[in-house]
Amino acid sequence: MSTNSSKKLSRRAFIRNSSLAGGGMIIGFNLLNSCKPKVVAEKAIDLASLDYSDFNAFIKIAKNGAVTIFSPNPEIGQGVKTSMPMIIAEELDVAWKNVHVVQGVLDTENYQRQVAGGSQSIRFGWDALRQTGAKAKHMLVSAAAARWGVDPSECTVSEGVITNAAGETLGYGDVVEEAALLEVPEEVTLKDPKDYKIMGKDASNVDIDEIVTGKPLFGLDYKADGMVYACVLRPPSFGQKLVSYDDAEARAMPGVIDVVTIGEKVRGLLAEDPSFGSKISSSDKVVVIAKSTWQAMKGKEAIKAVWEEESKVESTEEHDKILNDLLDGNKFNTMRSDGNIKKAFAEADEILERTYESPFLPHNCMEPMNFYADVTDEKVHLVGPIQTPAWKAGLVSKMLGREEKDIYLEMTRQGGGFGRRLYGDFVIEAAEISDKIKKPVKVVYSREDDMEDGIYRMALKYRIKAGIKDGKITAYHLKEAAINDNMYGLIPNFFPAGAIENYQVDAASYDSNITTGAWRAPYTNFLACAEQSFFDELAELMEVDKIQMRLDLLDKVKPEEDERIQYSPDRMKDVIKMAVEKSGWGNKPSNVYQGFVNYYCHNTHVAEVADVEIENGEPVVKKITCVVDCGIVVNPLGALNQIEGGVIDGVGHSMYGELAFKNGKPMANNFDKYRLIRMKEAPVVETYFIENTLSPTGLGEPTLPPAGGAIANAFKAATGNRLYKQPFIKTPELLKVPAKEIIG
Amino acid sequence: MPTYQIKVNGVSQTVDVSEDTPVLWVLRDHLDLVGTKYGCGIGQCGSCTIHVDGTAMRSCSLTLSQIEGKEITTIEGLSEDGSHPVQQAWKEVDVPQCGYCQAGQIMTASAFLEQNPSPTEDDVRNAMHGNVCRCASYTRIRKAVMIASENME
Repeated sequence: MSTNSSKKLSRRAFIRNSSLAGGGMIIGFNLLNSCKPKVVAEKAIDLASLDYSDFNAFIKIAKNGAVTIFSPNPEIGQGVKTSMPMIIAEELDVAWKNVHVVQGVLDTENYQRQVAGGSQSIRFGWDALRQTGAKAKHMLVSAAAARWGVDPSECTVSEGVITNAAGETLGYGDVVEEAALLEVPEEVTLKDPKDYKIMGKDASNVDIDEIVTGKPLFGLDYKADGMVYACVLRPPSFGQKLVSYDDAEARAMPGVIDVVTIGEKVRGLLAEDPSFGSKISSSDKVVVIAKSTWQAMKGKEAIKAVWEEESKVESTEEHDKILNDLLDGNKFNTMRSDGNIKKAFAEADEILERTYESPFLPHNCMEPMNFYADVTDEKVHLVGPIQTPAWKAGLVSKMLGREEKDIYLEMTRQGGGFGRRLYGDFVIEAAEISDKIKKPVKVVYSREDDMEDGIYRMALKYRIKAGIKDGKITAYHLKEAAINDNMYGLIPNFFPAGAIENYQVDAASYDSNITTGAWRAPYTNFLACAEQSFFDELAELMEVDKIQMRLDLLDKVKPEEDERIQYSPDRMKDVIKMAVEKSGWGNKPSNVYQGFVNYYCHNTHVAEVADVEIENGEPVVKKITCVVDCGIVVNPLGALNQIEGGVIDGVGHSMYGELAFKNGKPMANNFDKYRLIRMKEAPVVETYFIENTLSPTGLGEPTLPPAGGAIANAFKAATGNRLYKQPFIKTPELLKVPAKEIIG
Repeated sequence: MPTYQIKVNGVSQTVDVSEDTPVLWVLRDHLDLVGTKYGCGIGQCGSCTIHVDGTAMRSCSLTLSQIEGKEITTIEGLSEDGSHPVQQAWKEVDVPQCGYCQAGQIMTASAFLEQNPSPTEDDVRNAMHGNVCRCASYTRIRKAVMIASENME
């Protein structure tokens, strides 16, 4: 991985200059050129025909020197609206405090991968964003050098001011118009990380002033002239569809404008493109249109609807049995197989087999799902919080039979994502409603809608079996049973793949009508807990040191001989060693019980140590020490926030998270019945970074999965009880310290 | 629909809404004060926290008749320019991740510090326990409230 390369872009990027933008240069390149082999046709530069909406732009420099940087990716709280522009500003060489950041709109032509998901924004954007900044700087310097009649190499730049050998200076704004007419260089030299002035320094959230003063930022805050509000009555149980409804009472209520049904367009879309079928109900839905949110919510409650089962309504008890049957059965898809586990188990001296289980989880974004749509003959205007704007614009265009160029989608700041806003079923609904009522409309979910009409983290179980021969782990068999979908293909190549000679990962799933999808750190969010609890128990069985066992396993991994291996054993060893040192592992007072986890997911290596103390006879998580190798840390202040949030979220959902179903209906629909971690339960998080100059990787997800395992292992140390089932709070008898130990 | 006289951020206003309309939605939909956030509607998450005569209350669970004649303060009125010590501390610590719950957190913290200007960290944990942050920015909230308490003295 190089951080200072001069990479030739696969196409010549282009520039535009616009009088409508008040003068100045717009420069843009296709983000992720290197990731997308398809060459985009080059466009002629026609300065006269341009207007603001068709800029291919990341950077705008005004004649007075003011710098605006467009941040292309959705901001869901992961901090990319701050960190991605920082990367551009670094190479552009401007003062960060003078940069104004603007959220880019959906622009599939000029930006790529406008997605918030998989902790990939920084990793994928890294090269392209740096190139964007460096190329703009190169052009600005060239323009200044041309005006002075000197060679560009004789010029230096600091904070947007160009200086020549004679000591004369020009600001970026002074030369921006000339610079905009220059050829975009094909190759530029990127900065050496040691020269970074912006990256690696703390930068506050770019929206901090607006957030702390309550300015309109979020989808729910968005208003437009003539906008009406819509609340949607969806089937109360998964598997049901609408038969009939009585809206007389609702129509008589103050503020209620209309009651309509939707569903026809969605069914048309699903007939044409079934790929979205598992994420949205095809039932008719009753929509109450009102003058205000409250009136729409009350109107919806007044609808008397009759539902019928169109497919079987399911319950958690049945799922439990189904998942057990899958684990016991032979309907597996083998995702990786090394050596011969059958033979190795037959020859083993000892075998350990354990089963771990975890329930459905709702995402519970603090900002409930919502979206604005205004479908007119001219265009389809969509505004709101969405992690996958391009995917949704495409689906809306198909559903309404409109050309994609007619869809104009703006992303607001988003009150959490966690995977729920990847799906955008609410965008589809908003578009169908606006198309039907011919008005601008905002669809608003109540909290109850949000929890009952979710696209959940599926319930899943893992069964792990290891064989030990002559004091060595000779076989490892991981089986996954899940509702609807199984782990994606990279995961079987995470640790301990490559460390154990006979290794197999099998996965099986059951098709349910309950909608499921990605939830912060998909699959690994529970797999890490299962596997790392298992290693702990394995070390106890083998009577070996828990840390040394992990290091010994890592010694066997040879990524250079197996390109499927996703993680670096050396980077993994480094985080383990630092976590041992920083957490005081093995050197704590007798009232502190520790649990250890190392993990790799989302391209980032993490080790966590949980410190648990006994209070009133129960183990309490007091502190998590977290060591992270994410390469270069673009914005330490934001990175720490992601890490702390991920760890505490991991602790919270392992402890408390559960959504059970009965007859297809979720058993919790608000925060009185669904427990989220709160202030008093949140441990201290102490974070350390491995310092290096490797290309940066994302932090929105990777610190969450290890947290559950770290506390499970610490609870075992504190209570003697192993935990196999999340949420841990459901087995309170296992969260008690034996009476004799309290007395002792 | 009945008419109510309410005073929000020092300004007297007349609103004409049905009597069951929660103050939250009056603020958001009728007065365009959208800084106060909807999170649960049942007083469980704290996103909609406002001050009623200086006391932190959940606006989703208040009706207009309950606040008539009282001084209502929302996040927009906590200070003119974000200069309240709690807002300043939030900026200093860079608390928010998604930011959605933070107005409610700030309103809870500012009312709490008026009543308890020199809290211990345990006091802060207790005071802020009713406000959910789904991003789990709890460590920074704790730190910011402690800093604000020092700066308010």
